[in-house]
Amino acid sequence: MRPLTEDETKTMFEKLSKYIGENIKLLVDRPDGTYCFRLHNDRVYYISEKILKLATNISRDKLVSVGTCFGKFTKTQKFRLHITALDFLAPYAKFKVWVKPGAEQSFVYGNHVLKAGLGRITENTAQYQGVVVYSMADVPLGFGVAAKSTQECRRVDPISIVVFHQADIGEYIRSEDTLT
Amino acid sequence: MATCSIEDVLAKAEKDEADKLKSITVIKELDLEFDLGNMLALDKNPPNIREFREKKKDEFLRSLARDNTQLLINEMWKLPTERVDEVIVAKLPEPTTRLPREKPPPKPRPPTKWEEFAKLKGIRNKNKTNLVWDDVHNQWKRRWGYKRANDDTKEWLIEVPETADPNEDQFAKRNKAKKERVAKNEFNRLRNIARTQKIKVPGVGLAPTGQQSKSDLGKAVHVAKMSTASVGKFQDRLPKEKAPKNTGKKRKFQPLIGDFSTEKQKQLDILKIMDSKKPRLDIGKAVNKQMREEDMESGSKKKGGPGKKGRKGNFSGKKGKGAGSAKGGKNRKPRMKLGKR
Repeated sequence: MRPLTEDETKTMFEKLSKYIGENIKLLVDRPDGTYCFRLHNDRVYYISEKILKLATNISRDKLVSVGTCFGKFTKTQKFRLHITALDFLAPYAKFKVWVKPGAEQSFVYGNHVLKAGLGRITENTAQYQGVVVYSMADVPLGFGVAAKSTQECRRVDPISIVVFHQADIGEYIRSEDTLT
Repeated sequence: MATCSIEDVLAKAEKDEADKLKSITVIKELDLEFDLGNMLALDKNPPNIREFREKKKDEFLRSLARDNTQLLINEMWKLPTERVDEVIVAKLPEPTTRLPREKPPPKPRPPTKWEEFAKLKGIRNKNKTNLVWDDVHNQWKRRWGYKRANDDTKEWLIEVPETADPNEDQFAKRNKAKKERVAKNEFNRLRNIARTQKIKVPGVGLAPTGQQSKSDLGKAVHVAKMSTASVGKFQDRLPKEKAPKNTGKKRKFQPLIGDFSTEKQKQLDILKIMDSKKPRLDIGKAVNKQMREEDMESGSKKKGGPGKKGRKGNFSGKKGKGAGSAKGGKNRKPRMKLGKR
């Protein structure tokens, strides 16, 4: 486990800012305690200082997970967000998409959101903007990337993709053994 | 009629049989030569020229070919045959006629630099015996290579030469010398390959390639700077010169539990820089906003007209469709609401 280097921090923040914009500040600078990002097995964990200090007692090869996993760095040093980060993305999300109850299952099974399943979408969503996907009952289901801007969304036919799937809560079951 | 026809048929059948029997045997003045491995027959009989002229040429040639083929097949039937899956198969003997190879012979290996030099100077290889007597093992061993005779890398004791530094490791020196010889040999081998294929050998520094990139130049500059007696220690840096990447420097990380406040401050600084780099006016966003406003305006105009009808008649599908087709079906529940930010 180690702190992120400056480059790594930057790549991670750039990815996070696609979803929560400048709200990253609220994650870094929290009034309720000191929280930090730590890298372990190429994965970035968001940990409180207290837990971090406790975790130092566990040797590196035995430590599976600590705090909340935000995502991982790929071999080419790109950052991939994992579904476990949803708890921190959802409250600060700037752009949201609500899916209809009928399309919830499809999304949670790992499919893209089609226009037919689109309930609501935040105004002024640009194309390729990171969005958090909610059910109509405001339960966060995952996140993705807007395939169309809000304007375009209105015109497209019902079977075209509106949000590209990136992660969904179904992964907790589907990839149970790889999520940390 | 019927009897007549039966006789006719029988006679015809007999004649056919006779024809068949006749056709199997072919009489030639000289026997043919056969190479059954290649399924080849050689007819040394001179062709009957008169017949060739009188008969139609095609017919004559065809009959000749048929006869010779018949002979070849007769010969093949003499071979031992066996039945494999309802098919009669004969085992052909080894071919006796040598056929030319399909591909041209491979080109000789181009001479190496040494071979060229040796030819120029008239140096010829002395033929040495492969095996040499090894006094230590009391047996004949190979002169070179693995398990060679008089192997100087396997010695357990080396005398330190008088002129040498007594603290110097003579074993290491020998090993190093051997490794260098091997490396030099390999280098020369690659150079020879490059020379024959007309590739330019990259040396140290800036290799003359077709397109030189910025990073290549940077590396060359770095090599040039390091190539001083002091390994570049006293070399001045150019203004704005960047340190070369991947020079074997170890990565260094911040401590796991260090100063959390400075860490936080650093991250906030990064965020600040990221924010400042964003353009003030996002053109895509602005255009979208403009489009949306225009949409709203046109939508409200439409609503003033026949759109109202459609809305009121919530379940009268036909009318509604006509009115609000642009907005994606107002006759039903509104498909898509606009959420607040």
